[in-house]
Amino acid sequence: MSLLLATLLVLLVASAFWTGRNRALALAADGTSTLHSRPSYHGSWVALWCGLPALVLLVGWLALEPGLVDAMVVSALPEEVRELPSGELARVLDDARRVAAGERTAREPGPEVLEAARQLGRLRTYAGLAFAGLLLSVAVGGLTWARSRLRPDFRARIRVERAVRISLVACSVVAILTTVGIVLSLIFEAVRFFALVSPAEFLLGTEWSPQTAIRADQVGSSGAFGAIPVFLGTLLITVIAMAVAVPVGLFSAVYLSDYASPRTRAIVKPVLEILAGIPTVVYGVFAALSVAPMLREFGEGLGLDVASESALAAGAVMGIMIIPFVSSLSDDVISAVPSALREGSYGLGATKSETIRRVVLPAALPGIVGATLLAVSRAIGETMIVVMAAGLAANLTANPLEAVTTVTVQIVTLLVGDQEFDSAKTLAAFALGLVLFLATLILNVVALTVVRRYREKYD
Amino acid sequence: MTAVEPTNATKVRVGDLSVFYGEKQALFGVDLDVPANQVTALIGPSGCGKSTFLRCVNRMNDVIDGCRVTGSILLDGVDVNDRTLDVVQLRARVGMVFQKPNPFPKSVWENVAYGPRIHGIASSHAELDRIVISSLDRAGLLKEVQDRLHEPGTSLSGGQQQRLCIARAIAVSPEVILMDEPCSALDPIATATIEGLIDELREKFTIVIVTHNMQQAARVSQRTAFFHLGEIVEEGETGKIFTNPTDQRTQDYITGRFG
Repeated sequence: MSLLLATLLVLLVASAFWTGRNRALALAADGTSTLHSRPSYHGSWVALWCGLPALVLLVGWLALEPGLVDAMVVSALPEEVRELPSGELARVLDDARRVAAGERTAREPGPEVLEAARQLGRLRTYAGLAFAGLLLSVAVGGLTWARSRLRPDFRARIRVERAVRISLVACSVVAILTTVGIVLSLIFEAVRFFALVSPAEFLLGTEWSPQTAIRADQVGSSGAFGAIPVFLGTLLITVIAMAVAVPVGLFSAVYLSDYASPRTRAIVKPVLEILAGIPTVVYGVFAALSVAPMLREFGEGLGLDVASESALAAGAVMGIMIIPFVSSLSDDVISAVPSALREGSYGLGATKSETIRRVVLPAALPGIVGATLLAVSRAIGETMIVVMAAGLAANLTANPLEAVTTVTVQIVTLLVGDQEFDSAKTLAAFALGLVLFLATLILNVVALTVVRRYREKYD
Repeated sequence: MTAVEPTNATKVRVGDLSVFYGEKQALFGVDLDVPANQVTALIGPSGCGKSTFLRCVNRMNDVIDGCRVTGSILLDGVDVNDRTLDVVQLRARVGMVFQKPNPFPKSVWENVAYGPRIHGIASSHAELDRIVISSLDRAGLLKEVQDRLHEPGTSLSGGQQQRLCIARAIAVSPEVILMDEPCSALDPIATATIEGLIDELREKFTIVIVTHNMQQAARVSQRTAFFHLGEIVEEGETGKIFTNPTDQRTQDYITGRFG
C-alpha cells in the first residue's frame, strides 16, 4: 500500500518535470519570445510544486495519524470505558492495537478491547485510503497549477535556486536543533541532580560512591557524589594516551610526508588508517586480556605492584587507537607547508632533519596543535577500552599502575541496571555528561580556532 | 647594459651536462663557463632547461625523484657531484634565490640567522647579530626593516621579502649565488631595486640568473647564454648577444618572434 503510494508519487514528480519542460519548450517553439530560464528549470519548478506539498502533507500525516485515530477510537467506545482512568484507557488502547496487529495480549481481551480493535482496523483502512487520495490529489493539483503558471518570461531558475537554498537551510536547522535538544536535555536533568546534590559537593568532593538507598532501611548507601576522582581518572588516562599517540603519530606523519617514497607512502598510510577502523571494543579486549596482564607480569619482575586493571594499560591502548587520528591530521598539515619553504632551507645547505625541525614543524605547529587537541577530545570521550581495562574503582590517585575510573565509564555504570529514574544516582550521569560535554566543547573550539588561524596563513 | 669587462677566471665550468627526469631528457650535453664576479644571464623560452641547469649547480635536483645527471660541473675545479664533496658544504658555497619569495615563518632576524646557525658560522650571539645586520645591509634592506627585525618575515612586502631571501643567502658567505627568475613575482619598482642590488653583489659574488625578461638580462648581466630545447644555442658577452647574435634562433627570440 505505502510502497505503491510512494512509487505513484515518484512517477508523478517525474512526469511533472517532463511536462513542465515540454511546456516550456512549446512556449519557446513559436519563436516570438525567448525563455528567461532553460526548459529544465521550468520542469524542476513544476516537479517541486508536485512533490513538496505532498511531502509536507506526508510528514504531517505520519506525525498526527496515531493520535487522530486513537482519539476517534476512544470517542466510539462505550461510555463506561471512556470514563476509565487514563492509565486503564491507555491499556485498553494498547491491547486493541495488539489485537488489531494479530499479536498476543498480556491478558484475555475483554469485549471492549475487541470492539476497539475492530474500530481501529476499520478506521486505519479508511484513513489510509482517504489520505492516499488526498496526497495524490495534492500532487496532481500542484502539478496542474504550476504548469498553468509557465510563461516564457517566468523566472523558474531563480525560484528553483531559492527552493534549493531553503531545503539546504532546513536540513542544517534539523542538525542544529537536534544538538540543541540534546544539550537542553542534559542541562535539565543536570539541574534536577544539582537540586539533590549541591554543585560544590559534586565539583569539589573527593569521594565518589554513587549509591543511594532504594529502601529506607538499607545499609551503607548514603551516597557520595564528589566527582574529582572520576575527572582525575579521565585526565590521567588522557595524558597517558596522548603521551603514546602524539610522538608516534607525529613522527610517522613526518616520515610519511617527507621521507617515505611515494610507493611506501601508498602502502603505509592506508595500513595506518586501518587502525582507525578497528572497533573500540576489540581494542578493549586487547587491553584487558593482553596488555594489562603483560604489564602486570612485567611489573612483578621489577618488584612493582601493578593492578590487573591499570590506567597504564587502558591509556596505552587508547593511545594506539588514536595514532592514526594524529598522524593523518598531522600529515595533512605537514604536507600543506609549501615546498618552497623546504627548498629555501635545502638551498641554504640545511639537512633534511634540520629543515623539518627548524622550518617545517614550526610552520605546521598550529595545525599540529589543533590535531592534538581534537585527539584529546577523542580520548576523553572514549569509553569501551576504559570500561574493560581500567576498572571501576574511583581511586584518587596519579599512579598509572593503579586502577582508576573515568567519567564515561561512570556514566555507563550509573545507567546500566535497575534504578528509579529520578534518583540522584541516575541523575548524576547527566551531570557528569554535562561537565564532560563542556570540557570537550571548549577543547574543540580551541582546536578549530587554532586550525583556522593556520589555514588563513597559507591559502 | 653594462660595459664589457675583461673576462675573469672561470668559477664554474660545466661540461657535457645532460639531465633526465625519468624517461624525459631535459638537457642535452650542455657546456658553459661561468666567470667569477660577473653576472651570467640564462635566457630562453619556458621549458628550455634554464632552471634545470641552475638547479644542477647546487644539486637541488637531488630532492627530485627520478632525476639523473651526467657530465661534469666543476666548482673551482672540483666536481660538485664528486662523492667527496658534501652537499651541505656545496650549498653553503652556492646559494640560491627562488622565483617566489619564500621567507620562513620566522622573524626577519631569524630568517637571516638561519643559514649561519646551521653551519655554525658564528661563535657567539653578538657575532651572529653582526652577520645578520651586515647581510641585511648588503641586501639593501636594513634601513627599511631596522625597527621590525623581530616581526615575521612574511609581513614584509613582496620586494622586501625577495631582498630578505637574498640577505638570507648571502649570510652564509657563498661564492656563487643562483637566482631563478628572482623578479618575476615583483612589480617594476621592486624589480629595479633588486637589479641594482645584483649589480652591487657582483663585486663579491659570482651570480647566475635565469630570467624571462630580455631587458633585465641586458641590464644586469655581462654574459648571456641562450637556451633552446635543452641545448645552449649561443653564449657570449651580453652586448654581443643582444646586438649581433650569430644564430638566427637567438635573433628571433630576442626580437620577440618566438618564445
